[in-house]
Amino acid sequence: MTINTISCQELVELVTDYLEGRLSWSDRRRVEDHLRLCEHCTTYVEQMRATIAATGRLREEDLSDEAKSALLDAFRSWEGG
Amino acid sequence: MLVERLRNRDEQAFVELVDRYAASMLRVAMSFVRTRAVAEEVVQDAWIGVLRGIDRFEGRSSLKTWLFRIVVNTAKTRGEREARSVPFTAVLDEPAVEPERFLGPDHPFYPGGWSSPPHGWPEAKLEAREVRDVIDGVIAELPSQQRQVITLRDVVGCDAEETCNALGLTEVHQRVLLHRARSRVRRAVERYMES
Repeated sequence: MTINTISCQELVELVTDYLEGRLSWSDRRRVEDHLRLCEHCTTYVEQMRATIAATGRLREEDLSDEAKSALLDAFRSWEGG
Repeated sequence: MLVERLRNRDEQAFVELVDRYAASMLRVAMSFVRTRAVAEEVVQDAWIGVLRGIDRFEGRSSLKTWLFRIVVNTAKTRGEREARSVPFTAVLDEPAVEPERFLGPDHPFYPGGWSSPPHGWPEAKLEAREVRDVIDGVIAELPSQQRQVITLRDVVGCDAEETCNALGLTEVHQRVLLHRARSRVRRAVERYMES
């Protein structure tokens, strides 16, 4: 029985493979069975998803106007050459 | 389409491409070099590389993948001279969660179960400006390969294949680096949320 289950400590190391859809069918079953019964690990996976989403909201640094006009100059000289 | 227009020296196509990708390219460049000023130069040099290479671009990879590969290669060349220091505490093999937060292997009922479980995060606090500063800060301190992978995957929004292509990593290695990086960022956010 224990052979087919994973602990919370093991689950936190599988979470990226799980979210990436890279677990084997049987490991995915084990993770999902565990999550059905474990609210703490469910919270952990939610935190991981929230972290990924928050990382995606980092402000996009934009190029300075100076750099942009230098690029346009480069394009125009490339065009000519 | 955009490639064809660029080959025909269509300035509007160039402007569109810069608008679409320059900010992401700057992010990627910043994951390799120390200062924003150097990162801007890297992006400029990369675009020169794009113009020089566009006539030879064969479309075997997507334009996006190709652009990121050019910025990565440009940044790598530059980064060797800039050699961004990696903090000594940056251990590659650290666990996702501190082992103290789990019950020991000899626990009679729940070996490896949570002894100090995570708590749910309030949505409102998660949206705060400070969370982004915390994430920015921890990403800057990651070991360089982890920083590069999480920047491409989670900040810029490339998929696994695009990231592997840009950085020259195997899919498995990319995933290990992503796991370490995301786990660290989660821990930093958790510390902030519970402070």
